[in-house]
Amino acid sequence: MAEKRTYEVVLIIDPKATEDETTNLIGTLVQTIEKQGGAIVKSEDMGRRKLAYEIDRKTEGHYWLFEIDGSGAEISELERRMRVSDLVVRYLTVRVDLDRRRAAKFKAKRTRRAERKRNSSPARRHSNNQPEFEMEEAAAIES
Amino acid sequence: MAINDNETDNYQEQIEVFEPDARSLRGGGGNGGFRRQQLRRKVCALCRDKVDIIDFKDTRFLQAFVPERAKIMPRRISGNCAIHQRMLAEAIKRSRTIAFLPFVTD
Repeated sequence: MAEKRTYEVVLIIDPKATEDETTNLIGTLVQTIEKQGGAIVKSEDMGRRKLAYEIDRKTEGHYWLFEIDGSGAEISELERRMRVSDLVVRYLTVRVDLDRRRAAKFKAKRTRRAERKRNSSPARRHSNNQPEFEMEEAAAIES
Repeated sequence: MAINDNETDNYQEQIEVFEPDARSLRGGGGNGGFRRQQLRRKVCALCRDKVDIIDFKDTRFLQAFVPERAKIMPRRISGNCAIHQRMLAEAIKRSRTIAFLPFVTD
């Protein structure tokens, strides 16, 4: 469990919750994460949004996004907390570090391929070989 | 060259529609090879745009692949490659779980 993982947690807070209740809830969640050794990279209020479908007779929800670095222990505790809380309508945890690593790999592959293409393209080779060009020019001037 | 007789299809703005031709290929016979040459191969729009990661929170982007009935657009229509279709499907399903996108519309 020593490896570091990155998670994204999105939760929907009851739109009827007051501002105080919301800040309280977020505060306790942040505390839970940190107590379990997780580091919060991002804690973002995504605002009120319409739900795509009704959940518990609610058509609206207050979205909140966390990005957490940790081992996974804090996620289980966080999820337990959210399950118990009446204010959390729904939550979703996604592990993102693997996807990001894959994206980086794709990108590296692309740049590598672009480099190879540039090196083998005849038009580019000409412009790269500037010394040769200069020699030609020099010869033209001499004659 | 372009086969645009399918204006009423639910999936707009697609390059070409394969199905009617595939059917006529099967029924017609004979000139199959000729017709097949005319079908342009669709390239994956996500490969072209160099999409490496599909965020389930980006509803605007996902909506392009969720036509009116809220179903995931099939690969044969969108022309996505397998890798991107899998990423997309995963993102859409996550998005549904958190009520960014609907499961059904009526």
